[in-house]
Amino acid sequence: MHTATYYIDLLLSGITVGSLYALIAIGYTMVYGILRLINFAHGDIFMMAGFFMVYASASMPMAVALPLVLVMTVVLGVLIERAAYKPLRSAPRMSVMISAIGVSYLLQNLATYITGGLARPYPEIAVLKKTLAVGTLSVKVITIVTPLLTVLLVVALVLFINHTKTGMAMRAVSKDFDTARLMGIKVNNVISVTFVIGSFLAGVGSILYFTNYGQVSPMIGAMPGLKAFVAAVFGGIGSIPGAVLGAYIIGICESMIKANDTIAIFSNAFTFALLILVLLFKPNGMFGEKLTEKV
Amino acid sequence: MMGNKKRDLILSLIFAAVITAVLVFIDKRLHYSMLASVIQKASIYALLAVSLNLLNGFTGLFSLGQAGFMMLGAYTYAILTIPLDQHASVYQYFNGGVVNVCLPAFVGVTAAGIVAVIFAWLVGKPCLKLKSDYLAIATLGFAEILRALIQWEVLGPVTNASNILMKFPKFDSILTPVIVCAFCIFLIVLLINSSYGRAFKAIREDEVAAEAMGINLAKTKMQAFLTSAFFAGVGGALLAMFQASVQARSFTSAMTYEILLIVVIGGIGSVTGSIIGSFLYIASSEWWLRFLDDSQTYLGVNIPFMRGGFRMVVFSVVIMLIVLFYRQGIMGTREFSWQGIIDFFKKPFAKRERKAVKDNG
Repeated sequence: MHTATYYIDLLLSGITVGSLYALIAIGYTMVYGILRLINFAHGDIFMMAGFFMVYASASMPMAVALPLVLVMTVVLGVLIERAAYKPLRSAPRMSVMISAIGVSYLLQNLATYITGGLARPYPEIAVLKKTLAVGTLSVKVITIVTPLLTVLLVVALVLFINHTKTGMAMRAVSKDFDTARLMGIKVNNVISVTFVIGSFLAGVGSILYFTNYGQVSPMIGAMPGLKAFVAAVFGGIGSIPGAVLGAYIIGICESMIKANDTIAIFSNAFTFALLILVLLFKPNGMFGEKLTEKV
Repeated sequence: MMGNKKRDLILSLIFAAVITAVLVFIDKRLHYSMLASVIQKASIYALLAVSLNLLNGFTGLFSLGQAGFMMLGAYTYAILTIPLDQHASVYQYFNGGVVNVCLPAFVGVTAAGIVAVIFAWLVGKPCLKLKSDYLAIATLGFAEILRALIQWEVLGPVTNASNILMKFPKFDSILTPVIVCAFCIFLIVLLINSSYGRAFKAIREDEVAAEAMGINLAKTKMQAFLTSAFFAGVGGALLAMFQASVQARSFTSAMTYEILLIVVIGGIGSVTGSIIGSFLYIASSEWWLRFLDDSQTYLGVNIPFMRGGFRMVVFSVVIMLIVLFYRQGIMGTREFSWQGIIDFFKKPFAKRERKAVKDNG
């Protein structure tokens, strides 16, 4: 029988992983809400952010590298939108999705080429690596910082969407693309803002995730990316609180499953099983808006 | 018109005879060459691409579960055909395993298709009613679930868990995969040109209209899904024979993406395109573009950026260019016809789009 500490440890690591999924999931859910596109490249943006950090920290102090990495991640996200998705705005949805898969393939191959396909150790951020002792528990600073920072960012984002003009424009575009355009909203700018926010959060997530994980490799983005997408679907695509809740549930369940050796191999499969169950019984997710298919 | 039909038949027979002769020659003289290996792998990928195209291109169902069905096929084949005296060494961690049969190769390949169909039915029953991108992500998810199941220690005595399966029969001649794949693709073409195929295309064009015209959506989608899974399973079994080993780890979603990209290169909705696409893709990635991965010196100048991995970067850039600027791919929705070839030689590079559309009806 395990002690309570063991379970608290599992819960904490689940919350950490869940927070990271949440940060990535917001990018998915916002892009899907506006473009109706599963941005398969989002997980790879997350991975690229990891490599930016590896290379940036090698040549400059951490205080410069951190903001620079976030800026580069945002630029990459917007660049991908401009180059790969914007030209296909009027194309069938399948073409855009294939383009997203193509971008993901390109980023993975690019990362493999630049790094020689090897995993690189992630630079240590001293403040986050410290350990605090709380009674019998010893907790890393990052375990506490991650959920706090996530909640802070999510609250800020929700306020931004509900109380600013740009936020209102985003809601309008996600409700009805064409009408929003007729009302004088610059749809392309709104989409760019969406990608800026999504990539920024993926950048923050990548810093927290890789600090915890210790190394970056070219293919590492795919799985967290897909899981974050499942979190977004679980919460109801387009809903930010939903995506965050979904991410925490997936993170915690995953950490529990991983702890049990007999079923540890199903930690990824579990996420997809959850996805299929949600799609079957509650296709709009827990908080999703009701969508009706127009003829 | 009758004259044309006769002419086409004769041309096809001559073409088939020439191809067979060339293949026999390659088989005898160049059995271990790069050419022979490309021909085998490309034929298998052609079958896989056509089977995916049947769903994505002809029925308009965006499925990303191909790798899962291939894996089922490969494992079924491997498990059923490993010679009995090899079980002890292959299943060394599981006391020789629990499967005590060894079937002939062709039974194994057929069983591979059937097992894939059974699982496709289980997957399709709940998933096929989902809309486009949800279907994609659900099928992708199912493939991942299956991959985890196969690697599960508890199923080890059957699947050998995450260990490699090998020592099952391989191809004895490069003609075998080519003939099997050509026959399977021929069957798919027959299906596409039948009334079933027309129902598939109707669903692709407009689901609501197709339903109004009396097409049973659920049933027809399921037919397309099962057919595609069958041939994906057969393709997976052939791939196992070609590679001489099977491991669940290699059947990731990246494999599905690879086949999807072949379909895109060839043209979504063209069987000919998928075949040309897979030969181009495999030949380039395995052979013609290999030099990009080695450092090269031209005219005494060493090109610094050509090293391991550069080939795949060039490749993915080309694919992105096709996706963005040449969305029709090589063939669009056109198909190969002798008349088309003759017209082409009479007046190369003329605009023939409208006629092609009319031909496809």
